Amino acid sequence: MLRLTDRGLYCEAADLYVDPWQPVDRAVITHAHGDHARWGSKRYLASREGGRVLRTRLGEEASIELVEFGESRTIDGVSITLVPAGHILGSAQVRLEHRGEVWVVSGDYKTEPDPTCTPFEPVRCHTFITESTFGLPIYRWCAQEETFADLRAWWRDNAIEGRASLVYAYALGKAQRILAGVAGADIGPVYTHGAVERLTADYRESGIRLAATTAVATLPKGTSFAGSLIVAPPSAAGSPWLRRFGDVSTAFASGWMQVRGARRRRALDRGFVLSDHVDWPALLAAIDATGAEDVWVTHGYRDQVVRFLAERGLNARSVASHWEGENDEQPAVADESALA
Amino acid sequence: MKQFARLYSAIDSTTSTNAKVAAMADYFASAEPADAAWAVYFLSGGRPKRLIPVRRIAGWAMEEAQVPDWLFDECYHAVGDLAETIALLLPSGDGANGADALSLHGWVERRLLPLATMTEEEQRAAVLAAWRALAGTERYLWNKLITGSFRVGVSEQLVARALAKASGIDEGVIAHRLGGHWTPTAENFSALVAADSRDADVSRPFPFYLAYALEGELESLGEAREWQAEWKWDGIRAQIIRRDGRTYIWTRGGELVTDRYPELVDAGDHLPDGAVIDGEIMPWKNGALPFAQLQRRIGRKTLGPKILAEVPVVLVAYDLLELNGRDVRTMPLAERRAELARIVEAAALSCAFVLSPVVPLVDWDDARRAHADARTRRAEGLMLKRLDSEYGVGRRKGSWWKWKVQPYSVDAVMVYAQPGHGRRALLHTDYTFALKEGDALVPFAKAYSGLTDAEIRALDSWIRRHTIDRFGPVRQVEPVQVFELHFEGIQKSPRHKSGVAVRFPRIARWRTDKTADDADTMDALRAMLEAPV
Repeated sequence: MLRLTDRGLYCEAADLYVDPWQPVDRAVITHAHGDHARWGSKRYLASREGGRVLRTRLGEEASIELVEFGESRTIDGVSITLVPAGHILGSAQVRLEHRGEVWVVSGDYKTEPDPTCTPFEPVRCHTFITESTFGLPIYRWCAQEETFADLRAWWRDNAIEGRASLVYAYALGKAQRILAGVAGADIGPVYTHGAVERLTADYRESGIRLAATTAVATLPKGTSFAGSLIVAPPSAAGSPWLRRFGDVSTAFASGWMQVRGARRRRALDRGFVLSDHVDWPALLAAIDATGAEDVWVTHGYRDQVVRFLAERGLNARSVASHWEGENDEQPAVADESALA
Repeated sequence: MKQFARLYSAIDSTTSTNAKVAAMADYFASAEPADAAWAVYFLSGGRPKRLIPVRRIAGWAMEEAQVPDWLFDECYHAVGDLAETIALLLPSGDGANGADALSLHGWVERRLLPLATMTEEEQRAAVLAAWRALAGTERYLWNKLITGSFRVGVSEQLVARALAKASGIDEGVIAHRLGGHWTPTAENFSALVAADSRDADVSRPFPFYLAYALEGELESLGEAREWQAEWKWDGIRAQIIRRDGRTYIWTRGGELVTDRYPELVDAGDHLPDGAVIDGEIMPWKNGALPFAQLQRRIGRKTLGPKILAEVPVVLVAYDLLELNGRDVRTMPLAERRAELARIVEAAALSCAFVLSPVVPLVDWDDARRAHADARTRRAEGLMLKRLDSEYGVGRRKGSWWKWKVQPYSVDAVMVYAQPGHGRRALLHTDYTFALKEGDALVPFAKAYSGLTDAEIRALDSWIRRHTIDRFGPVRQVEPVQVFELHFEGIQKSPRHKSGVAVRFPRIARWRTDKTADDADTMDALRAMLEAPV
């Protein structure tokens, strides 16, 4: 049904690509992160839930057709359905059915609940193409309530000391998940970097409830940041943009923060383990739930996951996605690539 | 244990020295003395001997987590630390059996130290119980303790500062009380922070005085005749202490090594009581032997007559810190040196003390000539000390300088890379370098340091894209990147494929202006064996 070409995963029967990395005639997009939703294709098919965000990413000119989750489109006998992936707002798994055979491309996904997007739904299929960003058993997420409680406690402690709290989070998805997690915390004002604010507006317009925010750029000169929470993309780290905040404690919210070396290398005050990807137990459970006998594993720890699955008797295969050359095992780069 | 884990996290999560000291001071002020004692011990670098072989612990973790060994290895490569890998790998503990409520000294004395006398089966049960009871940082710390690899980013000096802050006792007094073999008990902790305790352990050394590298021209130091020049020896810096009729030898690393150097202990009998000499332990036979000879001796568990005859050591005496039981560190160097000469001469029969030779300086050109000649004497440069200087504490600028010889230098090609540990675990930071031998490249040195963080990231990215083969965590890369390597010494070595061993190799520069064809040859390296630079 699908094969890997130098433009991406290709379905010949329907002449379409899933998250292609080169311009094509028809692209089905799982979600709006820069490495999955690339510019320049003639026609895009994506979920209605993520429509607004995708529009911001691809621009006004792009020809985007939006479909509801669960609603099927048939192209040349191939039935195409988008199913919630729970990764970020609008993120979808792509289900393809042709002559009774079902394939699912997961895109990026998590199975934990997240108030900023529709939860992941498992889909039975013959072949499952899964991500493996955190496909090692060292990645086991603690309950997100604990992480948010830690984050609020950190913010409160800083506020008492008269410090600002700056948390780095991907501008699309993670930033809004944090804004949802601190809604109603009543500790101090919440400010955002411009890249975060734009996408946060898209989220609100899509009906997601988030803490009230103000873009740093719109504040009058001389505003004190003591006691505030500032949400910025990781690319802002080390930039002159930070100078205005005065006494500031810095943190990064990411699954990579699970490993002490990754926390320390960034010289941050705190690392909050908060991921929009499945951890190891959730990855195995998700694969199990599909009932698939053939599993293709893409970006992340794919060779390791493939070997593990093979030892459990599955037909597993490692699929090299185009974008990973520079970032395999390299969070410092992978993190930022999601910002585009 | 919870309180100690919080302290560990507080220290570990900040880069600010003040914040670290404040966190420790808070802990010392509020913890039970028995817990605070162990905290002092661990924070100042103390660690119980490894209690269980690491592979055995890893085996239990794999069973418990139901992870095959190859996948465990992959995890270890991603994390770069065994204790942390195990802590992350195991399913979360349930806090059962109340163990997490146990205090630090309870954990150490009732759970940790008893492991030493248990059977393997009992050890397994105890370790699994601890894993199931603990989570997060506490489980990580437990693993660090049982694998004998606990460390945290504070120096003994900072611990002393925090104790001073918490107790109001002078930092210097605390530092001296902490010197030597400090045993972590509630009584000792109370004595450590007590207002008056003149219970100085007789074996206790003084803090070593260290020199900064010389900056600028010699002339900027003033008149040459106000300075004493000595060779800078490449051995083991140590203090030999003679008190109450006994001899003790402490290294700068804070290790008591008395029984490692029987010839120095014998010589100690010739010293007057109440004397402390600072010097360098050197392998010596009518002059200095290469450091590698001393390493042969350090590596042995027992010292037989053969090795003692082949690699005898002396103490090259630099300075006198205590005389007749009196601290003389504030006397001018010239006077200390005169007393030192008298004592060493009196003990001369032993042959194990050598008064550090002084290079006579009429003007600075004498120093330059000596510096150029240093390597032929197996010295690594010159030490310059003001004749009126006192023996200070720690590293200070002004009256003592070290002036090292230029290192050896070659341009070499990177051939392998692998990820580092700890902070560098996710980046390739350990590199292997090769030199040309005809058409082949012969690996001859590994180096880990010398690049900036930005260079490391750029190189890491390059390595990932130009890997030609993989052996576990090691990547063989295209042999095109050239680096200027510096090193301090060079020796023939049958154990190395290249036939030579270099000392302290490090990266001086990434030579992006050079190609592999411009790299040096093995012949050029071998030539350095004969002709010191």
